[in-house]
Formats: sequence, C-alpha cells, structure tokens
Amino acid sequence: MTHSIHTVAVLPAAQLAPLANAYGAAVAAKRRQMVLGIAVTLFALALAALGAEVEPQKFWAKLGNFTDYFARLAHLDSGAYVWTDPVEWFWGLRKWLRLIGETMLIAYIGTFSGALVAFCACFMCSANLTRSPVLRATVRRLLEFCRTVPDLVFALIFVVAFGLGPLPGVMALAIHTAGALGKLFAEVVDNIDLKPVEGIAASGGSWFAQVRFGVVPQVLANFTSYALLRFEINVRGASVIGFVGAGGIGEDLLVSIRRFYYADVSAILLVIIACVMLIDVGTEFLRHRLVRMEGAR
Amino acid sequence: MSESAATLSAMLRSRNVELPRYGWRTHGPGFVAIAVLIGLFFLGVPVLGISFERFIPGLWRLGDIVMLMMPPSPETWSRFFIYLEALGQTLAIAFLGTMTAAVFAIPLGFLAARNIVANRIVHFFARRLLDTVRSVDTLIWALIWINVVGLGPFAGALAIASADICALAKLMSEAIETADRRPVEGVTASGGSRAAAVRFGIVPQVLPVFASQVLYYIESNTRSATIIGIVGAGGIGVHLSEMIRVLEWQQVSFLILMVLVTVAIIDQISRVLRKTIAGRG
Repeated sequence: MTHSIHTVAVLPAAQLAPLANAYGAAVAAKRRQMVLGIAVTLFALALAALGAEVEPQKFWAKLGNFTDYFARLAHLDSGAYVWTDPVEWFWGLRKWLRLIGETMLIAYIGTFSGALVAFCACFMCSANLTRSPVLRATVRRLLEFCRTVPDLVFALIFVVAFGLGPLPGVMALAIHTAGALGKLFAEVVDNIDLKPVEGIAASGGSWFAQVRFGVVPQVLANFTSYALLRFEINVRGASVIGFVGAGGIGEDLLVSIRRFYYADVSAILLVIIACVMLIDVGTEFLRHRLVRMEGAR
Repeated sequence: MSESAATLSAMLRSRNVELPRYGWRTHGPGFVAIAVLIGLFFLGVPVLGISFERFIPGLWRLGDIVMLMMPPSPETWSRFFIYLEALGQTLAIAFLGTMTAAVFAIPLGFLAARNIVANRIVHFFARRLLDTVRSVDTLIWALIWINVVGLGPFAGALAIASADICALAKLMSEAIETADRRPVEGVTASGGSRAAAVRFGIVPQVLPVFASQVLYYIESNTRSATIIGIVGAGGIGVHLSEMIRVLEWQQVSFLILMVLVTVAIIDQISRVLRKTIAGRG
C-alpha cells in the first residue's frame, strides 16, 4: 500500500479500541432506550385496545361495509351513480345552501363575540400589564375552563337553557373561542416590546392609554391572524354543532346519516367540504397579506 | 386641548420634525374592515333568530342550572366507578386513535413533502387530498364508523384515527420540508443512496418533531374523545349526554369535573414528555 492522499489514516489499535468501545456503548445505550420506549408504547397500546373494545376480526369482517358505505354514498336511490343526475343528487341544494350559510354565520358570530371577550381578557392576564396576581390567576383559570370543556358539551347544556336553534350554538362556540383565543392572545401580549408602554406611562398616560397606544398597535396583526385561524376551526365546529340541535347544517346531516339517505349524505358532505375549503383558502390569503403588511411596516 | 395640540404640531412641523400623518390613507382600510365586521355581526344576529327576549330568560335558566349543578356529585359509588371506567375508555380511544393516525400519517407525510417527492403533480394532489379529508369533522367520521362497526368505543377510536390522519400528515410534511438539507447533502456526497439520504439525513431530524406532534394530538384528542360519546361512539360522552338529557345536573357537573381533571393531568404528562424529547433532540 503506497502512501497516497486517498489513504485514510487509521489510529493504532491500542488507541482505537477504547474509542470504538465508547461508540459501541453509546449506540447500545441509545438502542436500549429505543427498545424500552417501543415496549412501553406497545404495552400502552395493548391496554388501550382492550379498553376501546377493539375487535380485529369484527373489523376485518366489517371492513367491507366501510368501502361498501362509500360505494353507496355514490349511488342515488334509483341505483344510478350520483354524478349521472346532479339535479336529483343535489335536490335540496337551496335548503342546504341556506343551512351552510347559517352554519358560517354561527361560526362568524361565535368567533367575533369570543374574540371580543378574549381581547378584553388577555390584557388582564398578562404579567407585564396587570399587577394584581389574584386578577391574573382568576382570568387565566376562567379562560382555561372555557377552552377545556368541549364546545359540544356547552352546546348540550345551552340547548336545555335557551331552547333549540342557533343561539346555543353561537354561545357555545363563543365561550370556547374566548378560552382558546384568550390564551393565544395573552401569549402574544406577554412577548411585546414594553418600551412604548413605558413611554406612554412616563408621559402620564392612563392604563387604558397604555394598552390602546402602546400594546394594541403591536399585537393587532397577530390577533387578527389567530382570530382568522379560529374562524376556520369554528366553521368546522359549527358544521357538527347541529348534532345536538344547536343550528346549522349538522342536524340535516345527522338525520340523513341515521336514516341512510346515502345520496343526501354525500351531497351535504360535499357542500360542507367545499365551504370549509373556501374558508381555508380565504383566511390563508388574508393571513398572508397580514404577514406581508407587517413585513412592509 | 386639541388647539394646543394643533399649535404644538405646527411648531414641530416648522422645525422639520417628521410627524406621523393620520388620515383616510393610513386608517381608512382599517375602519372599513372594522365597520364591515361589526355590520355583519348586527345583520347576522337577527338572521339567526337571536333576540333579547330569548337571550335574557335563557340566561336565567342557565343560572338555575348552574345552581342545580352544585355540589358536583356522582350520587352513588357504583355510578362513580362506572364513570371512572368510561373515562378510562375515553383515554384509550384518544391514545389508540392518535397512534393509528400517526402510523398512517408518517408515510403520507413523506409523500406530501416537496423535498421527498419532487413531482409537482403528486405534491399538489397529496396536499389537496389531505385538505379535503381534514375538513370532515371527527363527529361525522364517528357517525360513519358507527354504521360500519356498530355503536361503541371502537367506532370512536376509528373516527379519531380517520379524522387525524390527514391533519397529522400535513403537519409532518411541513416538518419534513423545513428539515435541514445539509445532512442529506452529506449522505449523498459520501455516496449514499436516496433511501439512505432519507433514513440518515432526514429521519433523525424529524423524529423528535413527529413525537411531540403526536403527543400534542393525544392531548387534544382526549378532549375530542369526551364528545364523540354524544353520538354513541363510547367513552364518557355517552354518560354526559345521557345525564344532560335526564337533567341530572349534579352528575353532569361531576362528569365535567372529571374531564377537567383528566385533561389537566394529561396536559402535564405530555408537557413533561415533550420537554424531554425537545431536550434530547
């Protein structure tokens, strides 16, 4: 073997051995950790499968039903494919469009009111704006409660209190939104630059003036972006809130699924998907514009 | 007050101090946007049939209900153990559903990532497919799966799995796309195949991110799993909706309390686990 540039210099065996051993030990330790992690996960999965009454044989036996179900979604009552007769398929389009409009309106009013509450609450639970730890903790706990209880549970209770219709749905979404947005808003406020606030305080501004002129201009773009995201989530949520009788298209969907009106199910699902995607694209466009406006400033 | 402000700004302008100008140009679009938002709100409220005549008595009734909820109690010990079992079932649904979703989401995530599958058409359709399925809510999936495998928690786990496959796959593909290119280039430069580049260049980078995303989803699915029982897909939601239907308010508040405590515990565990994963990664 001649000494060319391509030869890799190899350490003498005496020096190499401890290094190789150390490497081997490190790899083995990592592998042990990995195996242990996998074992724990598998054990937990088995336990969960037991708890969730998983029956693989029943699943395999009925998996045909699943594909069958989608096949039936694609057929009209007459047995023809749905796309052969769109008029028959979307026979209730006018009603469904009205209901999806109602759904979007529920989502909008819920998001708007929830965001308003979150906007007022977030300044009260940030450490850099509110001195009183009692007030801060109270508002934080309240928001936590609002976002941990699922919106549908609120809706179920509100339906009893307010009666059937969109009102309980709007309120359930609003409360859940207030909790979720309140937390996100508070995080934004926690990370602001405090110099403008101090400047206004130094020139004699009140607490409200500090928030209005020191904080709000810094956080408004972020807040809007979060509120838009939440609106998107709420449209999805409003589409099922009708399951408990709280307005929107959900009630019609529930009835069609329960009564096996397959063509209606697929038509309503398509209306929902189209609407959600439209809102997705719209809010994404708005959020990108917001980001660009922020960048230009 | 405004007069002195006017003289002050005139003085400052005469000294060539640049003052911010406020006017239609700067604030117009903002005002219009806010006016539209508020207008839509006030137009929408009557359209939805919301009125004070319904709102105020409703609030009173809600107050009554809250009073009836106090103090939270399961009434009997046997009921308590039934609820505890249902809660365990809820956790099982959330865990099993999320893990199943993750197993399917990982390959989908790689397919939808631009730096793995360079084909633009595949990328476009993969993303659109993920978006389409993502817009169907967990509860709708639950109803569909109930038709297939019958009432019970199994349908719930399948619903959570099918609703989250696409959401997780989208997050994962984003994680893969933002991965550092240099390790991949290193593997390729030293003669590694494409598969080796993915295995040793990308997988070690994204695995901790995946793990923390899955943990986050288990956390949020614990919340979703409490409500799929409302349509009959197992877990504590079955009891919750039943108790609301029969107006047993003390038991309702007890069930809500159980959910709150469980969610808080899961949050805490997942936070600790995510921190250790992030610390190692």
